[in-house]
Amino acid sequence: MHPVRKQRLILVCFIVVFSTLAVGLVAYGLRGNINLFYPPAEIAAGKAPVGQQIRLGGMVVEGSVRRDPQSLRVEFDVTDYQATVTAVYTGILPDLFAEGEGVVASGMLDDKGVLQATEVLAKHDENYMPPEVAEALANAHEEATGS
Amino acid sequence: MIPEFGHFALILALGLALLLSIVPLLGSFRGDQKAMALAPSLAIGQFVFISIAFGCLVWSFITDDFSVALVANNSNSLMPSVLKFAATWGNHEGSMVMWILFLSAWTAAVAVFSTALPLVLLSRVLSVLGFVAVGFLLFSLLTSNPFERLLPGVPQDGADLNPLLQDPGMIIHPPLLYMGYVGFSVAFAFAIAALMGGRLDASWARWSRPWTNAAWAFLSVGIMLGSWWAYYELGWGGWWFWDPVENASFMPWLAGTALIHSLAVTEKRGLFRSWTVLLAIFAFSLSLLGTFLVRSGVLTSVHAFAADPARGVFILAFLGIVVGGSLTLYAFRAPAVQSRIGFEWVSRESLLLFNNVVFLVATLTVLFGTLFPLITDALQLGKYSVGPPYFNAVFLPLMALLIPFMGVGPTSRWKRDSGKRWLQELLAPAIAALVIGLVFPFVYGGEFNLWVMLAVILAGWLALAMLRDFAIRVRNASSLGAGLRRLPASYWGMQAAHLGFAMTVVGVVLVSQYAVERDLKMSPGDVEEVAGYRFAFNSLEPVQGPNYVADGANFTVSRDGKPVAVLQPQKRRYLASGQVMTEAAIDAGVFRDIFIAMGEPLEGGRAWAIRLHYKPFVRWIWAGAIAMALGGFLTLADRRYRRARQTAAAPAGGGLEAA
Repeated sequence: MHPVRKQRLILVCFIVVFSTLAVGLVAYGLRGNINLFYPPAEIAAGKAPVGQQIRLGGMVVEGSVRRDPQSLRVEFDVTDYQATVTAVYTGILPDLFAEGEGVVASGMLDDKGVLQATEVLAKHDENYMPPEVAEALANAHEEATGS
Repeated sequence: MIPEFGHFALILALGLALLLSIVPLLGSFRGDQKAMALAPSLAIGQFVFISIAFGCLVWSFITDDFSVALVANNSNSLMPSVLKFAATWGNHEGSMVMWILFLSAWTAAVAVFSTALPLVLLSRVLSVLGFVAVGFLLFSLLTSNPFERLLPGVPQDGADLNPLLQDPGMIIHPPLLYMGYVGFSVAFAFAIAALMGGRLDASWARWSRPWTNAAWAFLSVGIMLGSWWAYYELGWGGWWFWDPVENASFMPWLAGTALIHSLAVTEKRGLFRSWTVLLAIFAFSLSLLGTFLVRSGVLTSVHAFAADPARGVFILAFLGIVVGGSLTLYAFRAPAVQSRIGFEWVSRESLLLFNNVVFLVATLTVLFGTLFPLITDALQLGKYSVGPPYFNAVFLPLMALLIPFMGVGPTSRWKRDSGKRWLQELLAPAIAALVIGLVFPFVYGGEFNLWVMLAVILAGWLALAMLRDFAIRVRNASSLGAGLRRLPASYWGMQAAHLGFAMTVVGVVLVSQYAVERDLKMSPGDVEEVAGYRFAFNSLEPVQGPNYVADGANFTVSRDGKPVAVLQPQKRRYLASGQVMTEAAIDAGVFRDIFIAMGEPLEGGRAWAIRLHYKPFVRWIWAGAIAMALGGFLTLADRRYRRARQTAAAPAGGGLEAA
């Protein structure tokens, strides 16, 4: 075979093998590893899947943080001022987690509609609000005022 | 007055950049020697004025000039001077000035060190860099002026720098990262200049290589520092989060890794020329994309300062011009620079091609995972997030696939090699690596662990194959010393970088498999045992810092009755912003780190949530990254880059010389 043609053949083989591999890996990686955001109103309406990784975002309800005296288990309510969903988390909460502030919790819904959170994220600084939360709140506000 | 001087200097720099991007380029096409000869002076002038602007900005921060809006929003008179200095780039506007400063520094460096380059090529390279500078200077002046004043109504004191950024890491991490980020613009400029001239030969690759290696090395240290900083500053004990902003810096690194390897083939064998050019364009485009992602506010992260849509649109438009323009040029010019040299399946070219494909696929999968949430959001398909499991699932297999071939690489020969020879030279290291890998999990961890076994086999194979190659290269010399002296600097650089990669692999896998992380509720007087270490919570006392107050805990860590360390983690509250910060306490070691961080007060402060971590081999991740960067810098010392003037354009045929 002509050396240049042979070189092209090598190149094409590499590309075919790798693009197949890459597509396979990406498909495998995406399966169950991406999670969708739901505001409390949609979860309360039963739109969120049970037993699948999701993210919940909204404001932590004032006075709703309840700690277990024996362990690091903590329960709190998340609201978008339309509906409220309870989240349970065991572990250390981020520094900026506070009542009346924005929060995003990811985990799975159990059959009682409680989010069993595996990760809790709070905003990065004073002025910052997670954009999903800001939007969910704005939507809820619009619906509530009918505008 | 000082801020106005700075502003004026920035505008003058824009003028010089405009001249630089037009005059020498036109001159190069019309054969006007005088116009081309202007390029180096313009490049240096641009650097001088941007340095003045940057100096003025630093001065405003150091002297607490709160009439400058940027200083008022990001500094505070209580901060130590070093942090005031670092606060200069701890914000959007200042970091853009630093971006431009480094761009002009790279440009001036090319002007100063490339006197051996043909004037036509040099003037085009500098013009392309000047064009990039025009884009960013316009961006800075039009959308994010760092010298904007707050007049009248100068605040008494500043709003303070985000406490997360109040750390010595802030002084070195962003500058080094930016040096790397921006450095790929030089490789890009060389590629575009070569496309313009249609002359993409080995000498072009030889000129471009040291710059690319330097940029890659800076980026490696920058990313490593970011990872290390996140580890000790965020209080989570994690060192890599696959956060979109981390990915933004990691993608140019991956593409850059492919680029430095394909440049090797282009220089040594004159192959892959169009491909190398495309990679150079790709790497720089990813740098710009990273800047866009971080600076436009489409991402939310501690790195994303700005949420101004105008800024995002500007960078996106600039990205479109750069990518669109260079790809159009590529489409017209690339066929003219195709090569007609062949190589066999079993050859170093094949192995390096394999490297390129793996790194490119890795870049694209990371790119996909980073952009996927943005795309689905823009198309209103829902707000998805792509987490670390995705990235681990696609990235780790690719890297594991790479290493078996990586071990063969240095020993392999250009053009044609034989599998029999590989087997003969490398069978011993392969068997040794297998034995070490099979034994290690039992000796270290006490039980079988598939991932640790695989990682140790792969890393051991890499290191031992390198050692074997080393032995092959010195065995024909009259003495060991003579053999060592004969090895070029680029070979030492390659050895260091590949060994660093092996170290990082060991670190990543061992820490993810053997780390012990316990979150516990503890009160003073409590004792806990984690991974054989005894953690005694001695006391809790208030601490007064310069611009914060803190709760400080005191722990004694001991093992088998012998004291190991006294650790004092803190929970700080910064006075100006009221923000709360976790200061972890870490006892670092070559083979393990002990990490204590305070969570939140429980029972009204009598008890605390405490994070106790035992992290074996975590330092190896960063040590490996440092070795990689060191390797990159070592290659710069290679003699052949300084001989560039004398050697002809023909590709060097020395098959034994390092790639």
